[in-house]
Amino acid sequence: MTLRDFIDKLLGRQPASANVARERLQLVLAHDRSDLNPELLEQMRREILEVVSRYVEIDLEEGDVSLETGDRVTALVANLPIKRARPLVEPGSAAGGVSRSHGLNPGA
Amino acid sequence: MTAPGTRYILICSGKGGVGKTTLTANLGIALARQGVRTAVLDADFGLRNLDLLLGLENRIVFTAQEVLSGSCRLEQALVKHKQEPNLALLPAGNPRMLEWLQPEDMQRIATMLGEQFDVVLIDCPAGIEDGFKNAVAAAQEAIVITTPEVSAVRDADRVIGLLNSHGVKPIQLVLNRVRPKMMANQEMLSVADVTDILALPLLGLVMEDEQVIVSTNRGEPLTLNGAKSPAALAYNNIARRLRGEDVPLMDPAKAGRGLRAKLGRLMTTKIF
Repeated sequence: MTLRDFIDKLLGRQPASANVARERLQLVLAHDRSDLNPELLEQMRREILEVVSRYVEIDLEEGDVSLETGDRVTALVANLPIKRARPLVEPGSAAGGVSRSHGLNPGA
Repeated sequence: MTAPGTRYILICSGKGGVGKTTLTANLGIALARQGVRTAVLDADFGLRNLDLLLGLENRIVFTAQEVLSGSCRLEQALVKHKQEPNLALLPAGNPRMLEWLQPEDMQRIATMLGEQFDVVLIDCPAGIEDGFKNAVAAAQEAIVITTPEVSAVRDADRVIGLLNSHGVKPIQLVLNRVRPKMMANQEMLSVADVTDILALPLLGLVMEDEQVIVSTNRGEPLTLNGAKSPAALAYNNIARRLRGEDVPLMDPAKAGRGLRAKLGRLMTTKIF
């Protein structure tokens, strides 16, 4: 925080317009750069959760998949707390079986 | 594809009216005065203006269009600057060229220019459509010019993304129309704000300068007559940096020496 910001806050004035400009730009650029609309992002989030939950049990309430941007690089950040690992899928049965074995124990 | 040794530099911005053509004209003259054989290629076929800013509008006989169709030689279309013979303009053709012009055509023109010149500056049209794609095809490196305004910075960001995907490298930034007083009052995006957001190395800062308008009225770029105005100095420094010289950047926060400037510096000091 700069001295100007501090005085503005103290007097209850609007923050300096350069700060407003910077924040608005950062937000709009995160979306421009990712070129993903919210529906696509939501679909991707669901599919990622589906794939991950085939292998581990994740906490869906706490999980979060979002876009973050900085330094011209937009990153997809997934934070998925794992409750417990599911029993390992046998290498041979993975290819055909996995897509429909969601939630089941493939080894059983 | 292109002759070795020649630098093909695209000057682009995305948004219109931020100073592409003014930079191209001034940089062209500045480089020529520093002994570099420079060609400026007007790639803005829709709304050409480079001829006007260079004061060459009455000397155009042929354009890129006749060169491409083979109805004249490159030498016939090139307009040499009278006071600065190291500089030549290849004028943009008729806007109807846009109906058939392909990126390969621009590459052909650039290659032809590369045989005679050390630097080819390509004045890019605004926007990111076909005109941009044609112009970028002829370029190896780029200068992105922007102003400290949200719309200009946003559009610059789009253009940088496209330049990256076309493999254009290096990409350098020129920040135009800087108002030190407004920056000191935090009513304008700071130099650091813009370079952080766009993540490009800064090639130069150009202060807001009334002399730019005066010089365009006359068709005599500021760099032509050794003018001492802030923008003239900035353009000359950009040319020197482009040639690899180490010229320190001006700090707009230190531009003012009065009480107001001191107060501005105090107000923008980080306190916590």
